[in-house]
Amino acid sequence: MVGKSEPINGTAKSQPPPSPLSPKSPDLLSGYFSFKSLKLKTKQQELLIRVSILCLVYILAFVTRLFSVLRYESMIHEFDPYFNYRTTLFLTEKGFYEFWNWFDSESWYPLGRIIGGTLYPGLMVTAALLYWGLRFLRFAVHIREVCVLTAPFFASNTTILAYFFGKEIWDTGAGLVAAALIAICPGYISRSVAGSYDNEGVAIFALLLTFYLFVKAVNTGSLSWGLASAFGYFYMVSAWGGYVFIINLVPLYVLVLLITGRYSMRLYVAYNCMYILGMLLAMQIRFVGFQHVQSGEHMAAMGVFFLMQVFYLLDWLKHLLSDTKLFQAFLRMTVTSAVGVGAVALGVGTASGYISPWTGRFYSLLDPTYAKDHIPIIASVSEHQPTAWSSFMFDFQILLFLFPAGLYFCFKRLSDATIFIVMYGLTSMYFAGVMVRLILVATPAVCLISAIAVSATIKNLTLLLRAKTKAPQSASGKGGSSGKAASKGSLDQSQPFQKNGAIALLFGAFYLLSKYVTHCTWVTSEAYSSPSIVLAARGAHGNRVIFDDYREAYFWLRQNTPPDAKVMSWWDYGYQITAMGNRTVIVDNNTWNNTHIATVGRAMSSYEDEAYEIMRSLDVDYVLVVFGGVTGYSSDDINKFLWMVRIGGGVFPVIKEPDYLVNGEYRVDKGAAPKMLNCLMYKLSYYRFGELTTEYGRPPGYDRARGVEIGNKDIKLEYLEEAFTTSNWIVRIYKVKPPNNRW
Amino acid sequence: MAIPLRLRAAVSISIFALLLILPSCSAQDIQVVNAERRIDLTSHIIKVFLTLKVENTGASPASEILLAFPPTQVDHLAVVKAQVATGKRKKKTYTPLDVNPKELPDAPNGTKYLSISLLNPLAAGEAVTLEVLYILTHSLEPFPVEISQSESQLVYYHDSALILSPYHIKQQITFIKTPTTKVESFTVVDPTHRAGTELKYGPYNDRPPHSYSPVIVHLENNSPFAVVEELVREVEISHWGSLQITEQYKLAHAGARHKGVFSRVEYQSRPGHSGVSSFRHLLARLPPRVHSVYYRDEIGNISSSRLRLGALKSELEIEPRYPLFGGWKATFVIGYGLPLEDFLFESPDGRRYLNFSYGCPLVETVVDKLTIKVVLPEGSKEPSAVVPFPVNQYLEKKYSYLDIVGRTVVVLEKNNVVPEHNIPFQVYYHFNPIFMLAEPLMLTSVFFLLFVTCVAYLHIDLSLRK
Repeated sequence: MVGKSEPINGTAKSQPPPSPLSPKSPDLLSGYFSFKSLKLKTKQQELLIRVSILCLVYILAFVTRLFSVLRYESMIHEFDPYFNYRTTLFLTEKGFYEFWNWFDSESWYPLGRIIGGTLYPGLMVTAALLYWGLRFLRFAVHIREVCVLTAPFFASNTTILAYFFGKEIWDTGAGLVAAALIAICPGYISRSVAGSYDNEGVAIFALLLTFYLFVKAVNTGSLSWGLASAFGYFYMVSAWGGYVFIINLVPLYVLVLLITGRYSMRLYVAYNCMYILGMLLAMQIRFVGFQHVQSGEHMAAMGVFFLMQVFYLLDWLKHLLSDTKLFQAFLRMTVTSAVGVGAVALGVGTASGYISPWTGRFYSLLDPTYAKDHIPIIASVSEHQPTAWSSFMFDFQILLFLFPAGLYFCFKRLSDATIFIVMYGLTSMYFAGVMVRLILVATPAVCLISAIAVSATIKNLTLLLRAKTKAPQSASGKGGSSGKAASKGSLDQSQPFQKNGAIALLFGAFYLLSKYVTHCTWVTSEAYSSPSIVLAARGAHGNRVIFDDYREAYFWLRQNTPPDAKVMSWWDYGYQITAMGNRTVIVDNNTWNNTHIATVGRAMSSYEDEAYEIMRSLDVDYVLVVFGGVTGYSSDDINKFLWMVRIGGGVFPVIKEPDYLVNGEYRVDKGAAPKMLNCLMYKLSYYRFGELTTEYGRPPGYDRARGVEIGNKDIKLEYLEEAFTTSNWIVRIYKVKPPNNRW
Repeated sequence: MAIPLRLRAAVSISIFALLLILPSCSAQDIQVVNAERRIDLTSHIIKVFLTLKVENTGASPASEILLAFPPTQVDHLAVVKAQVATGKRKKKTYTPLDVNPKELPDAPNGTKYLSISLLNPLAAGEAVTLEVLYILTHSLEPFPVEISQSESQLVYYHDSALILSPYHIKQQITFIKTPTTKVESFTVVDPTHRAGTELKYGPYNDRPPHSYSPVIVHLENNSPFAVVEELVREVEISHWGSLQITEQYKLAHAGARHKGVFSRVEYQSRPGHSGVSSFRHLLARLPPRVHSVYYRDEIGNISSSRLRLGALKSELEIEPRYPLFGGWKATFVIGYGLPLEDFLFESPDGRRYLNFSYGCPLVETVVDKLTIKVVLPEGSKEPSAVVPFPVNQYLEKKYSYLDIVGRTVVVLEKNNVVPEHNIPFQVYYHFNPIFMLAEPLMLTSVFFLLFVTCVAYLHIDLSLRK
């Protein structure tokens, strides 16, 4: 045992040497061994500290996302996660094959939706695998719990990944800081709290994994890392549409390396392996299909791939051709012809329709005003709005200041890896500015770059502090408190301010970082941890009031309507109705058919008799509207109504936005436009509301969400009847009456 | 009473044997001197109290008394209890008697019989007073079948003015208690009187056996017609000290169906007039010392419930997500934990037994199909259940946390359960306490192995280069 252990170091010397007379005493030997193994070497100490920090960060990242579970319950949040939950449920019940071939007749009635071919299955398959794994290990968990905790679990994994990534581009210190920063960064937490079972939950992990593996491949030039990054890319493609970012950023990065003369064999191996394999793998996802070779958004990657081959060819020819002049001429010729051939191919492909043009969403990323003018359905989603400065501050806080500092450090120590992170940071920051939801993509880059800033600064400062104490300390051996005390006397007097300044700066850094921690915790608990299905408010006596109206209505639909009933509502509630109400909907949050949505928008903004015709033609049995006038809930259908008009009017010019406005102003009181006061949405929202007194001292029919008395209190319904209204009136469901007898 | 066929066969065989042994006492040898019937229609669970004074006029002693029911009623019969009073006034003691179904060969119009076995055979010329309670479910037929929100619920009750009996009845009287004074109509079989909430048929004298005179009472009944269509109660025993109960309800309002509009304005502003037949609250009586109670459904927690803990019983007031109108349904789950020492005991022969209440904890509800699943701890053997009434039994396997061989589940099924079935039953089984340690040991060994691998990984150098 003793022989196997490491050579005796300084600490062991202090122990009294064993008596030579009884060297084989087992007690003494074991005592010696345990004593030795307790004292760790510096390297082991470092490893221990590192591992325990990472473990703590891992746990922290998980725990900080559980606010919503503790405050409310273990439930799925918001809109899209309900679809994911429903499909995961289907997958675990029916198996993968059925899931892959699932034609869902419950949504987009009467068109239906081919679920297997129109979704990114990564999230569902991940959750199902976790579920089956836990079941196999005899943990009798419910699939809902797995789904609720998938996002926090992957957030924890992302922290570990951030550590390795930070280690790869800078050093272990930066890696640790990056792990800690990303664990609590609100920009990431906003999409990965417990219950937020959305694609982004696993996609950020996949994104960072792909990038990390690619950088690793570029750094090592190893085929195995390139292969791994291709699989990382495959996972990303299966999980989220944001993979387009990878397939454009990586070629861009390669291009930059080519231009800056950093082309190497490592890069060649890494990119080719990743691109070709990744492309082939990505084609296995039915929703993506042949887009890698057919869609304009993916052409950059292909172009760079061919460029890479040209580069390699040139490199090889350079070896063969000794004459530089000849080579220069050849170079010019090849590059021009290559670029020319590429441009012609692209032009022909686009013109012949083989290569599809860019989608609207992609356009709106490059030109933020595009969606507003051309695609109201994209502009109507709040998370597609351009980002306000305040939300940058809200989501990043000090990282916003550390980010440029980190960029400075990166530029100071340029390498293939730092160029990558700089490019990732800059491009994603641009996209984050264009769309609110893309802050999420920028978060890992911002955290990593800020981590470099923090780590490098603190390292420099501590080096400053330690540099002076080093000389006197070397005599006393191991650094300890006694060493520090001894060195105090012999301090170098020439640089007193530098040391004090360093201490002050260190304290400043810790103050900032601790501020960051409190800010993140506050943001997480206040802003990002409400499920938005259950609304909570403070009552008059400070007690917590819960509005559970959504589930009340959905459960009513589920239990008390015919199983084949079709429910018409605005598309926001489609996923929830199918998942919680288990009823067929006309439109849902998968906004693939603009005309269908516009038809619903048209029905909502028409007079009742016209709407009845549309509803009959769509076979609608129930109409569901969300109304916040009683509780003061502001994101209801009346406030969304103008978007319905716009989207409806975009397809059916009968609907004109000015008809619903008075002098460009949107109102619901007496001064409202007559068409507004009599359209279906108004009638359904305010039916019999005029009889209700909502606030003391106000006239009946006082709308608390908009703070006005409604303009049409005497609403009569001819073709619909009230079927159910929830206890706080938030959801109102109407039944479409069958047509009258014709004789 | 709906009794499984198998059991019915067994009972009839035993009765057949009894008939062979006993001297046959024909129905004519017994007559009912005085019969009084009180029918309580105040809720949707109909309780009928029948007092019979029976006299043996024959020569041989009689050991059983027959009760007769029309075939339509017998399907809705949930409970029949009979008792005999002994002793004089004030010192009366009641002794419960066995009631079993009986087949008679020459039953007119499909009449079904139940026989009450007397403790001591009734000697010739002697008389005895029997008190019978039987409970009918699903016997109030809503008419009109569909009502709107503002209407109150009217129901039909079908019965006979004369008590159906295989015996001659000398004198009889029937009282029907209605929930309100509002009675739309009733069949008159003279003499018939109505006063307040009471309807009196009789007295009738000297009616021959199997006399039947159908009557219909059309009355208002707005009591909650809460019917649990299916209830699965799972009782999971953990020898670490707790009993976990999960109850899955499929609740329905079995009254007149709701028609047309549901208006929240009217429901909120005029609670007395609007939706009188609907109900919002249900009360569940849970055992004392209940803990970690939850109330949820498929889509999440339901926040509207109140729990009152008491020394003798706990009360859980639950409110479905929406008020239940006629025909509306709601499914939900109630779960709670109980301390093990209150329910698990050791019998003298070393076996353990669970002593738990059968039936549904919700008050005033009918359960159409009740399944109780007792999940025994892993490693328990030879389970056997003792239930005071006939149930359908079988065994299942269930896999819960960290189970390897699976847990034995004793399943007890019964149809048409009413609150009177809330009486204890027992499940006996053998269990070796060593099995309690299996799961903790498994977990510790897994963690131990994990750490050992970590240590090994850190200490072994696997690289090829040296």
